[in-house]
Amino acid sequence: MVGLEHYLAVAAALFVVGIFGIFLNRKNVIVILMSIELMLLSVNINLVAFSSFHGDLVGQIFTMFVLTVAAAEAAIGLAILVTFFRSRGSIDVEDVNVMKG
Amino acid sequence: MTPIDFSTVLPEITLALVAMAALLGVVYTGKDALASSLNWGMAGVFVILAFWIGIGTSGERVAFDGLFNDDPFARFAKVTILLSAAAVLAISHDYMVKRGLMRFEYPILIALSVLGMMFMVSAGDLIALYMGLELQSLALYVVASLRRDSVKSSEAGLKYFVLGSLSSGILLYGAALTYGYAGTTEFAGILSTLGQGDVPLGLIFGLVFLITGLAFKVSAVPFHMWTPDVYEGSPTPVTAFFATAPKVAAMALLARLMYDAFGAIPGQWGQVIAVLSILSMFVGAIAAIGQRDIKRLMAYSSISHMGFAMIGLASGTVFGVQAMLIYVVIYVSMNIGTFAFILSMERDGVPVTTIDGLNMLSKKAPLQALAMLVLLFSLAGVPPMLGFFGKFYVLQAAVNADMTWLAVSGAVASVIGAFYYLRVVYFMYFGNEGDGIDAQIGRVQWIALMGSAAVMVFGVVNLFGVEGVAQIAAEALVR
Repeated sequence: MVGLEHYLAVAAALFVVGIFGIFLNRKNVIVILMSIELMLLSVNINLVAFSSFHGDLVGQIFTMFVLTVAAAEAAIGLAILVTFFRSRGSIDVEDVNVMKG
Repeated sequence: MTPIDFSTVLPEITLALVAMAALLGVVYTGKDALASSLNWGMAGVFVILAFWIGIGTSGERVAFDGLFNDDPFARFAKVTILLSAAAVLAISHDYMVKRGLMRFEYPILIALSVLGMMFMVSAGDLIALYMGLELQSLALYVVASLRRDSVKSSEAGLKYFVLGSLSSGILLYGAALTYGYAGTTEFAGILSTLGQGDVPLGLIFGLVFLITGLAFKVSAVPFHMWTPDVYEGSPTPVTAFFATAPKVAAMALLARLMYDAFGAIPGQWGQVIAVLSILSMFVGAIAAIGQRDIKRLMAYSSISHMGFAMIGLASGTVFGVQAMLIYVVIYVSMNIGTFAFILSMERDGVPVTTIDGLNMLSKKAPLQALAMLVLLFSLAGVPPMLGFFGKFYVLQAAVNADMTWLAVSGAVASVIGAFYYLRVVYFMYFGNEGDGIDAQIGRVQWIALMGSAAVMVFGVVNLFGVEGVAQIAAEALVR
């Protein structure tokens, strides 16, 4: 029987994969955008699982909002990435280093 | 949805409609040719809304079944946000026109982010909190990379976007856990679940994730790594905006979430906030010492100041919240003046941001140098200036709440921090003769610089009544 804890475990695993994808990735920025999307979608699994567990629709409504915002966020991220590519000529993570933080 | 609900959110609806109408109107007519007048128009709208919210409404109202709170605390934060955004639009005008950056998107995006901040500080539900925060953040990611042809600006936007989205994801994970273990997304519901005693571990995890997400937004150490790069890379008017309104909104949101939703377990979040606060004060003060770029310096300065504001929150009392509100108001008014000056720094028409550029400014422009001296002393918290009283209030709040160790570390951090502010003063008054900046300043920037410096000196009389208003706001939040 698949219970609430299984869903939560999957969501937590996906969330951690997303975070590690942002920090360990040495390739290019597109992978970071995918990792961010993975994090937001893992939260959606969490919300829907809780929503069904409680028999309360608010979690699913929250999921709809998160999906919408994630779409807007991806659009803005890609737009910023395009302007970065135009001025820098590369989208490698190693090249995001004009300023040293 | 009743008419009462709509009348409660009328200022927000007005701002949303103004922003959208401006976007449509300008795109179909003059585009960038109208940017200048749109900039002033939007600043005027902010001021009118600030007066409307500050004077036109009173009492506490809840709209949309608890999604939206209109109480003195929210109004205090909104008025501060709107006035500081209007001031930033006013001081940035000359700079934007000179650098060819006066695009019509700028005031509209600022208006949308201000709208997001207004929803943030009024949020009464995790969904409303998230939507407000995202509306603010998405607009800010775009303005950070406003100068499309500059590598630095687009890199700043990219870094801000990646780390900001990461923090939104963490915040959202915390919101999902909180929803799961409290069974509701409403702050009032979470509070009553916690009030039944026996706090589930999942809720504590949710709380920690929520604080982490918000700590990114207020750039508290250890979640501050984006701040110096974003401040340095963004166009200077955008940096001025980042250092003022969003910081107020994020601090107010943090306070609202802690008290309205987690007010039953102050011991749990008080420690976390206190640790964040100490780390921010010290890292902000120490890391700023090596900086040569004044925008990076202001970034570390803002990290340190947010640490001080968090002392008030950590003390968990009405006086603590009042001290925090007074602190952020003073911080914002100092920053407006300081950035008005930074915006005017240029040599042969090219903007200068290194602090070496200030060498012997006192010879070329004694009045501006004096105003900057007052502002820097105030930022450092040197006594007769207003900045000292901001620090005094938060430290007193910590002492009253039996957190003397927190107050002592605050005092030590402010002494360390004084070093780099005073070094800038040293450059202005005793530096080497060399290629300094051209000491010229636009009229609006001059007014902002002198006004802000005058506030720092004359405000000590009665703080312009902010103290009483902040107390009413704090009492509305802490029950």
